Order: sequence, then structure tokens, then C-alpha cells
Amino acid sequence: MANFETPALREYPIIPLIQAETMAHSKPYVAKPEHQKPLGFPGTLVDNWESVAVKKLGELVEESRALRVFLDTCVKCGSCTDKCHYYLGTSDPKNMPVARQDLLRSVYRRYYTLSGKLFPKLVGARDMTKDVLDEWYSYFHQCSQCRRCSVFCPYGIDTAEVSMAARDIMDAVGLGQKYSNEIIAKVHTIGNNLGLPQPALRNTLDGLEEDVKDETGVDVKFPLDEKGAEVLLITPSADFFAEPHIDGLIGYAKVFHQAGISWTMSSHASEAANFSMFIGSHENLHKVAIRIREAALDLGVKRIVVGECGHAWRVAYAFWNTLIGPFDFLDRNYPIPQHICEFTYDLIQRGALTLDKSANDDKIVTYHDSCNVARATRMGSMPGGQFVIPRAVIKAVVNKFHDMEPGSIHESTFCCGGGGGLLTDDLMEIRVKGAQPRMQALKHVVDDHGVNYLAAICAICKTQFAKVLPYYQYPMDMIGSVHGLVSKAIQLGTKE
Amino acid sequence: MSALTITYAVLFYVATAVLVGGVAYKVYVYASTPAPLKIPTTPAPTTRLGVAGRMLREVTVFESLFKSNKWIWLFGILFHFALLLVLLQHLRYFTQPVWGWVVLEQPFGIYAGFIMVAGLLGLWARRFLVDRVRYISSLSDHLMLALLVAIAFSGLAMKFVIHTDIISLKQFFLGLLAFQLQPLPADPILLVHLALVATLMIVFPMSKLLHAPGVFFSPTRNQVDNPREHRHVAGWSASINNPGGR
Repeated sequence: MANFETPALREYPIIPLIQAETMAHSKPYVAKPEHQKPLGFPGTLVDNWESVAVKKLGELVEESRALRVFLDTCVKCGSCTDKCHYYLGTSDPKNMPVARQDLLRSVYRRYYTLSGKLFPKLVGARDMTKDVLDEWYSYFHQCSQCRRCSVFCPYGIDTAEVSMAARDIMDAVGLGQKYSNEIIAKVHTIGNNLGLPQPALRNTLDGLEEDVKDETGVDVKFPLDEKGAEVLLITPSADFFAEPHIDGLIGYAKVFHQAGISWTMSSHASEAANFSMFIGSHENLHKVAIRIREAALDLGVKRIVVGECGHAWRVAYAFWNTLIGPFDFLDRNYPIPQHICEFTYDLIQRGALTLDKSANDDKIVTYHDSCNVARATRMGSMPGGQFVIPRAVIKAVVNKFHDMEPGSIHESTFCCGGGGGLLTDDLMEIRVKGAQPRMQALKHVVDDHGVNYLAAICAICKTQFAKVLPYYQYPMDMIGSVHGLVSKAIQLGTKE
Repeated sequence: MSALTITYAVLFYVATAVLVGGVAYKVYVYASTPAPLKIPTTPAPTTRLGVAGRMLREVTVFESLFKSNKWIWLFGILFHFALLLVLLQHLRYFTQPVWGWVVLEQPFGIYAGFIMVAGLLGLWARRFLVDRVRYISSLSDHLMLALLVAIAFSGLAMKFVIHTDIISLKQFFLGLLAFQLQPLPADPILLVHLALVATLMIVFPMSKLLHAPGVFFSPTRNQVDNPREHRHVAGWSASINNPGGR
């Protein structure tokens, strides 16, 4: 199946000794001119790329306090060195967060600091060369921007910011990543990552309506482009057809149905994901997000609810108000935007849903905190609500729930291994190896409690786990949506 | 006045100017660089007061480091707090009369020198013994530790082995503060100690020692987690102008 070895799962997690360059060969496919141009990037590597790269780096530092402070303040204490799932899974020292940052910091020092200009060797400063660029391309595509390192850094240095900057620079010189850039171009032209146009979308939703009718005998609607609806649902396009994502979408529809709240999806803004964050391009970030404002205004909705997607929730929660606000046309009595888990949780609290936990008695469930939800967002009004609310929803719909070990959940959660624009087959080795710490923690609850269902609220996590679970001898259908559980438990025809 | 006295006087004026001017410049640059997006590492406080508390914990008890690695935390906190006590103790060489609380702090400040060395050696040992930390250490990381250890050893040597003419030394520094040169004792250990301290002051604003002012400007730590409640704009995001709405 693969020309690499799947890392072993052990009795106890260990911190591996470093093995240099074990992942130096890992590189995603390079974007072709047709993937680059729609995003405003040069099609191929520009002639004077060294000076363009150095200049772009300077501009990025000028416009980002985070980048400037992060590049200056690292003391190389080593606190982050054992925190990255890619380091733990590969032993490659350049996957230690500080070493990954240093790939860029060394260039910054050479061109923008006195010590680096005068004594490059002494402070580890390097010229911008082709070798350096190649190394960037390899190792900045081995970072899922999950922010686990930033939790443990005494200065809060976030490698995600550094890897976003590095990718932005690479795009600026014409060295883009095919997977992310091709997808962003599809959103610009069609409105979603999958390139599903309105008729295809409607057709898919009609099929779902039939399926739910067959299963429950109830007419649950999946509305698209319905003007005057109360709620606009923005969900990752994977929810429209991928397994197990689609069970989540069915769950949302059943919740809306039973609550009697009118809702719609939009064919113009049929995507919650915003891969522009992964490549650090704020122009594209805005261009992708603005479709949602346009759809909300066009449809005249009062609320926006966001489906299960990790980085999308980060963009929605933390960036939308900045990028596509102000939201003075929406109902201020609800959070703007609201996560589907917050939405369902509120309904459960109000007793608006009839739930039968025993419908999920075949499952022993654990919950994977998705990195972007855990470390870049919140749910509810309390800090940490992003941990409490999804678990509360799960516990309202299942009888058997067990958390994984403390160092692998909540703010310390391990990334699934496929986030940050790495969810592509050409990066399968790093994806499988990067999943090792999560699989290690999962093994313990499987062994101790017989867990057979891994619930998540992120489209990337779901796709990634469906793919990598078999490498670790677990069935691919072990991964499921939180709202897939809700969908099973909800008793239609009782309240509405 | 001897050439030695003049040399050291100039050295300390220059070092002070570089330290104060350099750090002030860096603080200005950090403060004036925009943070266009909300990126606090969550869970994060939802109020300014909460953020002040988070920052206070970060710089006093090294909260994030404690979560991460107890050895680095232990050596780090020993070094930093011992250094603080030692610096406070040194205030007696720059004040006349010596402030009362500095007199009380004196015994702690003196023995803190040993703790400081212990913390530094612990941190340095990790740079050799832990393969991951060895990998990320550059020459400048070792030199920085060497510099601090040498400052601590030369200081302790003057306190516990070969006393220097501390009265004259204090006259020299009080003279510097009053812009009146007083002779500096030509004591080799003292001269080494002072030269190393001046070196540290000069490299401070152009090295990783910027972590001290830098941490206060780290957006992942100093931002309030309220992006839904308050529209945050700065830098490029301030120029966004979205059509529609009311």
C-alpha cells in the first residue's frame, strides 16, 4: 500500500531521538500556472525570486506584529521540541517547531538584523538560496498550523504564523502548492472546494431528502438559496457527499427541522472552508469569505450558523467580523456567527429536541478536539466552551463516552495529521506519521474502554481519519460526525 | 584620570545608551506594527483584565513553560528570579544613601548568585545532553550562556574569594551618574566583570534577550478573546470596506 512504515503504537508514548532528514523527501505537487494565476500569484518561479522572496518577507514582518515578535523572541529553550505531532511521528528534527521556524528565521536574520548581517555564522543566519527554498517547500508543507506548539511556548510563538508567512512568500515567487491553490481557485469561480455548481448541489440535497424520508418517514427539507430564511448554514462542502461527513449534514437538517427554525444553504457561498488561511494570503482570505456576506445579504437571513469544520470555524469565529463585518444586518441576539454545536446545545438546554440516547448504544464514543477549534476559537461565553459544548452535545445523545488521556485533548489535543492544506494523497506519508500521537491516545481508550467510535467536528479530521485509521489497524468507519450521533438519536415526529 | 577609567566610563555610557535606546526602539517597533487579525491562543481571557492576569502569570510563574517542561521551567525560574535578586542587590552600588529595602534584600541578593549559576548550568547542560535541544542550539546560544556564567562567576569571586575595592567602585558609578569621573580600581576580576556586563547590555537589544520586552507584545498571549463581540481591525484589515448592510 505504501513505501513507508507506519509508526508503531506503544504502551506509553515516547519522545523519539532525532533522526536527521528522514522527511526531507516529502514534497507536495507544485501548483501549475492555471492554479496560481486565479489567486494572483506568478505562474512559475520568477527570475529574480531571491530578491522577491526577501522583499516579501520584509513586507510581511512590517505588517504583522505576530511575525515580528515571533522571529525576534525565540530563545531556543527547547520547550516546543517534543510538542509537534509531525516530529513525534517522524523523528525528523526539522519538524520540531523551533527548527521549522528557524528555516525562515535564519533568512530573516541574514537580511533584516544587524547581528545576522555582521555575523551570520554566529547567529545561524543564511542567504536565501535554492536549497533554502526547497527546504521551505518541503518542511513548511509538514506543518498543519495546529498551534499546539504555541500553547507550550513561554512567549506564545505560533509556528502556524511562520508557516503561513513562508507559504505566502513561496506563492509570491511562483512556487505554490497545487492542492490548496487549485481548491481556492475553485471557490473563487464556483463557490466551493469541490467545484459543485448549483444544479449538482440541489440534486445532492434532493437525494438526501429522499434518504431521510425513507429512513424516518418524515419530510426533512434541505433548503438551498431560499430567500427570507431565518438561518444561513455555511458548512464545508465535504458535508454534501463525503462519508462520514454527510451524516453530520443530515443531523443538522433534523435539528433545524425539529426546532422549527427556517434555514437555508447558499449555492453562492457553499463552502465554510477557507484554504487561503493555510497559504497565508489575506487577499484570498477576504475574497473567499466575502461570498458569505454577499449570500447572507442576498438571502436576507437573520443568523449565520457554521457546520462542523475546524479551520473554517477559526476563520468564521476569529476572522469573519474583521474580514466581512460589520454584521449590523444580522440578529444581535445570537452569536455571529454561531457554531452548529452551540446551536444544537442551546436547543438541548431549552428542551427543544427529543433525543433517545439508546439509539447510539452500539457505540462507545470518544471525542477528538480539532486543533483549530480547540486552540483558536471558543464556543459559548466561557473560555474553554469549545471543549465543553461538543462533549455536552455528545453526552446528550450517547450513553457511553470516554475521553482520551489529558495530554491529548482540550488545548493539548493532537492534530489529526491532515490539517493546514496537507490533506492530499501526495503527502500521505507525513499524514500517516503525523497521526501517530492521536492514534496512540486512541489506542488507550480502545484497549481500556472498548471505544469504537471517534467523533469529530472537522471535515479535514474526518477525511484524514477515514484514510489513516486503517494504517493503524482500525476500521475507517470508526470516525464519525458529532451530528451523525445527533442524527441517530433525534426522534423526529415527536416535537414538531 | 587614567586611560582605564576613561575607557570604562565611555564603555558604560555607550552600553547604557545602546541598551536603553535599543530596547526603546524595539518596543516602539513592536507597538507600532499592526496585528491585523485576532489570534489569541485559546482558551484565552475574554476581558482586558483577564489578559493582564494571563500576562502576569506568564512573566512571573512562566505558566506556559510550566505546562510544557518541568526541567526547563525549574532552571529557567531559578535563573531569572536569582538574577532579579542579584540586580536588586546591585542597586546599592548606584544609590547613596542605600535604600532601606535594598539593605534588607542584601543577603538574599548575595546568595542568589549561586542559584543563578545553578540555573544557568542546568540550562546549559540541556544544550548538550538533550539531543533535540543540542540540535537547535547555535553558537550564539552557547556564547550567551557563557557570558552570563562568566558574569556570575566573576561577581561571586569578588564577593567570596578576592575582594575588590568596593568603596572606590561605588564612587566610580556614582560619579558616572553625576557625570563626574572618579577613578576605577584596576582590579583584574572587576574589570572582567564590568566588561562582560557592558557587553551584555550592548547585545541585549539585538539578540534573543529581546524575549523580555517581546513577550508583552505577543498577540497569542496579549489579545482578548472577543472577536465576535468586538470587530477588530488594524493594519491591512483596517482598510477593508465591505459593501451592503445598513
